[in-house]
Amino acid sequence: MNLKKFNIENKKIRDLIPQLITVFALLSIITYFAINAQGNMGNRGISFGFGFLNQEASFDITFSMIEYDGSHSYGRAFLVGLLNTILVSVIGIFFATIAGVIVGVSRLSDNYLIAKVAEWYVEIFRNIPLILQIFFWYFAALRALPLPENGISFNDISFLTIKGWYVPKFIWTNFNVFLLSIIVAMIAIYFVKSYATKQRDQFGKQIPVFTISFLIFLFIPLITFLLLGVSLTFEYPVLKQLSPTVYTYEGGVSIIPELIALALALSMYTATFIAENVRAGILGVSKGQKEAAASIGLNKNQVLKLVVMPQALRIIIPPTTNQYLNLTKNSSLAAAIAYPDIVLVFAGTALMQTGRAIEIISITMLTYLTLSISISIFMNWYNKKMAIKEK
Amino acid sequence: MKFITKPSKQNIKTFLPTGLVLAFISIFDVFVNAFFNYNLFSFLPSQLSYFLPLILGFTGLYLIRIEFSGYRSLDILNKNINSSNFNALLTLLTVFIIVKSIPPLLNWFILDANFVGNTKEDCTGDGACWVFIKVWFNRFMYGLYPNAEQWRINSAFLILFAVVGVSFFVPTKIKKYFILFLIFVYPFFGIKLISGGSFGLEYVESAAWGGLSLTFIISAFAILFCFPIGVFLALGRRSSLPAIKYISIGFIELWRGVPLITVLFMSAVMFPMFLPDGTFIDKLIRVLIAITLFEAAYMAEVVRGGLQALPKGQYEAARSLGMGYWRMNLLIILPQALKLVIPGIANTLLALVKDTPLIFVVGLMELAGMIGLAKTNPKWLGMAMEGYVFAGLVFWIICYAMSRYSQNLEKQLSTER
Repeated sequence: MNLKKFNIENKKIRDLIPQLITVFALLSIITYFAINAQGNMGNRGISFGFGFLNQEASFDITFSMIEYDGSHSYGRAFLVGLLNTILVSVIGIFFATIAGVIVGVSRLSDNYLIAKVAEWYVEIFRNIPLILQIFFWYFAALRALPLPENGISFNDISFLTIKGWYVPKFIWTNFNVFLLSIIVAMIAIYFVKSYATKQRDQFGKQIPVFTISFLIFLFIPLITFLLLGVSLTFEYPVLKQLSPTVYTYEGGVSIIPELIALALALSMYTATFIAENVRAGILGVSKGQKEAAASIGLNKNQVLKLVVMPQALRIIIPPTTNQYLNLTKNSSLAAAIAYPDIVLVFAGTALMQTGRAIEIISITMLTYLTLSISISIFMNWYNKKMAIKEK
Repeated sequence: MKFITKPSKQNIKTFLPTGLVLAFISIFDVFVNAFFNYNLFSFLPSQLSYFLPLILGFTGLYLIRIEFSGYRSLDILNKNINSSNFNALLTLLTVFIIVKSIPPLLNWFILDANFVGNTKEDCTGDGACWVFIKVWFNRFMYGLYPNAEQWRINSAFLILFAVVGVSFFVPTKIKKYFILFLIFVYPFFGIKLISGGSFGLEYVESAAWGGLSLTFIISAFAILFCFPIGVFLALGRRSSLPAIKYISIGFIELWRGVPLITVLFMSAVMFPMFLPDGTFIDKLIRVLIAITLFEAAYMAEVVRGGLQALPKGQYEAARSLGMGYWRMNLLIILPQALKLVIPGIANTLLALVKDTPLIFVVGLMELAGMIGLAKTNPKWLGMAMEGYVFAGLVFWIICYAMSRYSQNLEKQLSTER
């Protein structure tokens, strides 16, 4: 009796000691750092705090999606950087997914040439550091583009030059109504979908959901154009002479070369990883599944849509989420080519000006942590939705 | 009417030669166009002559698509590149693109490239200026390390390769001493040899280190240290002790959630604030610590995957033999778990090598950084393409070799389960 009690006590103590030691060590390191930091900041005459975010930033940013100039605050500069990071990540994720799926499917093609080309695409772009690819596109490839006066023109609507890609600007009237109509269309599609599922489950009726959804998505916004006064005009970029030798384009939207290089490199690099995931996912669906589906009379498209894809997606989604996260984090390499993302604007310029290393680095890291965690929460939710529902 | 019938074994005598000739003409046209800049069909309207190879090739491939033709090579050809109209089209487009892109690439890389000379002015051709690489090669390999002392880096790497090479051939019993030497003795010996400062060697500060050798030094050190730390973190994350478990989780997720570049920024500007006034830790060491901790978090997740994949019976069997926690993990669990995750480990190490160029943010220059320095040299402006193609090639060879090696290792170590 006594012995048993002693044993339990012993195990408890045995478990407690290493934990206590770890916690104590961690706390003492943190305290040591904190004391040093306080001393150092005292020496430099700065105090810890986030009040500087309201001060005037007085530096310019080359590319901004919201209104910004030097008279705005550091907080606003942070927001500009954050939006730029999100912009390049979203563009990168979009194109990486498309390219990745195409390459991944091509690798499984029964056409030997296509499969080989896709394989070599993956082997080449996966094994070259991303930063080198960014440098290559920015310093070598895009620098070979012509000057504005003889830019590559696409039907005189948009121009590709060494200074960036000039595209038409969308000018909306009553944009809110249009946005609302898209939301209405989405809600309508949702109802059509659930109605179709019900019909299929109860009566075995097949309703062409895709065609109906497509029509709804086309017609409801179209009505707003015809009846509710929504209109869309374009402002085209026009070549303008600044001085005898210097030309530029006016009007339209200029997509800066930094953004092009970064988005290109990010999506081509990440596409290789997504391609491997897609390939693994499709290979992961056993042949028996396809044969079983074919033997109950589904046609080739139905086999793909109803049997192969749902199972393959389950294998593809988790690692692809990781790739999306990696792409978002890799977008921080923007600092190397001076694309004004959060690292360059905030951890670079703002830090240099204010000297508040601890606050700024912590905010930057926390921002990335939040971005990472929110993407992974969303993807976990999606993954759960797609997971096998065992009855 | 017979001509419109589907190609089959009956009409193989007429269809096969016609098809082959058409396909040949189509590819020959593109070939001549690409290599000799001559258009065979220039007498036709330009739009038509542009698409003619595609039309001819497509018809040709359609005509030779004969099932069970009796010719083995034709069947293999059809099965692999010509199984349907869509596939035939893809094949043609791929072949055209490849044929079209060979001459410009060949010209740029070799035929129009410049190999002799010592200055930019010697590059008179339209192609690449490999003179740039030749002149700067020393810098690309050794950074700003003094020329007279470069034998130290060479010998450090030679010794490493020699030891690794010999250890492949010695019997397993002695092999472990080699490995112990590599892990516990060699790193410090190597660093001392390269940095100098004693034994009559001139001191070379770490700011002068650079080029490809710095890539290797950083990769080697980070690999060496991140592996054990990663294993400990993985064990910690699966520990039954809550404090250790949550500290490990927090540590791993913190590093995995942020980009390496911010970690490097932190090591450069934030970390010195945490040290007592006046203490100075070398920049290279700070960077090494940052990269090691960062990669250790990724390594921990890989190792955790292996630990989770092991059946519970292995743990229970080890316990029932009376093994304690450490003996169980070291002798039973980790050897199996690590073997399972060799591809993951290799990928992490590859990522580490590919991440080394990022040290430019703290002002250290490995290969990519040195190229950035060289291409901004006033005497060598406009050499970015050559520089980055060269760097890309070097990194590609390293990374491709590593991934191939890991695939072989995986095959060698795989046991029937």
